[in-house]
Amino acid sequence: MSEDRLRIGFIPLCDAAALIVAVDRGFTAAEGLDVELVREVSWSNVRDKLNIGIFDAAHLLAPVAIASSLGLGHVKVPIIAPLALGVNGNAITVSPPLHAALAAAADGDILDPLVSARALARVAAQRKAKGEDPLTFGMTFPFSSHNYGLRFWMAAGGVNPDEDVRLVVLPPPYMVESLANKQVDAFCVGAPWNSVAVDLGIGFILHFGSEILQRATEKLLAVRSRWAHENAETLARLVRAHRRAAAFVEDTANRDEVTAILASPNRIGVESEVVRRSLDGRIKIAPDGTVRSSGRYLLVGRKSADRPDDVQAAWLYAQMVRWGQAPLSAEMLAAAKAVFRPDLFDAALDGGKPDLAGEPIDRIGAFAGPPFEAADIAGYLAAWQARAKR
Amino acid sequence: MDPSLKIVIVDENPVRAAILADGLREAGFTQVLRLDETANLLAHIYTIDPDVILIDLENPSRDVLEQMFQVSRAVKRPIAMFVDQSDSASIQASVDAGVSAYIVNGLHKERVKHILDLCVSRFYAFSRLQNELEKTKTALEERKVIDRAKGILMKVKNIPEEDAYALLRKTAMNENRKIAEVAQSVVTAAELLR
Repeated sequence: MSEDRLRIGFIPLCDAAALIVAVDRGFTAAEGLDVELVREVSWSNVRDKLNIGIFDAAHLLAPVAIASSLGLGHVKVPIIAPLALGVNGNAITVSPPLHAALAAAADGDILDPLVSARALARVAAQRKAKGEDPLTFGMTFPFSSHNYGLRFWMAAGGVNPDEDVRLVVLPPPYMVESLANKQVDAFCVGAPWNSVAVDLGIGFILHFGSEILQRATEKLLAVRSRWAHENAETLARLVRAHRRAAAFVEDTANRDEVTAILASPNRIGVESEVVRRSLDGRIKIAPDGTVRSSGRYLLVGRKSADRPDDVQAAWLYAQMVRWGQAPLSAEMLAAAKAVFRPDLFDAALDGGKPDLAGEPIDRIGAFAGPPFEAADIAGYLAAWQARAKR
Repeated sequence: MDPSLKIVIVDENPVRAAILADGLREAGFTQVLRLDETANLLAHIYTIDPDVILIDLENPSRDVLEQMFQVSRAVKRPIAMFVDQSDSASIQASVDAGVSAYIVNGLHKERVKHILDLCVSRFYAFSRLQNELEKTKTALEERKVIDRAKGILMKVKNIPEEDAYALLRKTAMNENRKIAEVAQSVVTAAELLR
């Protein structure tokens, strides 16, 4: 087996777990791959360095891979993903004053996303009536599950995310600071940043991403389509190493070792206990120490989370259409779906059938609205429009 | 070249930003502004309404700038990154140098090519400066260690300074090491034996 040198970019987040463990625990070396992990500061850098070939592969926001392949907002470079690095893992965190305002405006338990979204609509309307600035929500990137998750939640409660509130992009490491100095009233970001805000006593975790959408592909192991063609065998080895690493991460017997690897200064660089909470799905949601548990907080390899699912690609494309980032066309839908490559995942290592027992029937599981129908995005979006007008 | 272009530099490193701003002014650009605060970055940029934005690649706020591509009521003029498929050489050059540029949509690429070239060379100039500074610092540190080692040898062996230095140099040559390394060994040994 030849020794292949690869350079792979990542952003310090818990959902890079399979990638980091694949390299640092020797799964890539066992496949004869010599991988250099490069920590990056922005998704723009990861995307650009993957696009121009400085990186062979990258930990990438799933919608960025689709946007890149469709040529939305930036240079068109076809990207494919033979493996998904994680399902779910985000959360919506709000400032203590906003948390109190939502609780006061709620017509039920704000743990219910529909109740909290309707409460948000009331709070936003009150502010408008008083002539106050709109509430500001931080999210990580225009093409991100954070942007779409926030918008989906808001719209379900009757909030127009482009008119009633302000959505701003903030780099994950700046989120907590921005909440602390009141530049934003809330944010949606991946682990561990929500927990960091709660630990500092400046935020309440209002919802886990998995409470908005039960199953949402978060990050991908992304490569250039052309590179995949030219390096098919290397890619298969990379996928095998990642699938083994994902299983290793999910085995709770390895949790101490995995959290130590992820928390180290040159990887995510936070307290290992904070990383552990995300992997265990036991999240401290309030500064008083209240804990909420979820078996779906972050899926790395369980429930076939690592297998790319083109229904997820279709859902993300539908969000781009819904929020005016892309036109609706059958060609673009097909191109978006083609980014996710379960065939390459299956070919790399025989793992039997996908394990989707107990997973939502439409493979998305949104808390509100009609079930997602990839074959009829126009109808799905029209149903939402009708609801908004009601 | 067009001296009336309004250029904004977003760089948290004040020295590098100053070097770049000076370079642009020398080249005849009169409207060069520096933004070193990342809070409310987009609001600042919309107020300034620049034609060109230059940002260092180590700045996480690059993602904030991506929001300018979105169709939104807040955007006065859509802005495009100074890259396209036909220009991979200049993308490569700017990524190597660690700088990235955004320009107002519709502004002809040739008009800003000069600016990006200037950026790339100034960013390289800055790294060279930084390397030299590092070298100078290291040289100073080495001088200090050698002086201490000389002092120790003079005292222990009761020899003049010249002989102490010659001894260090000869040992370094024999062992194929740097004088500073041998000097460090002498200092360490002296501390252990104290």
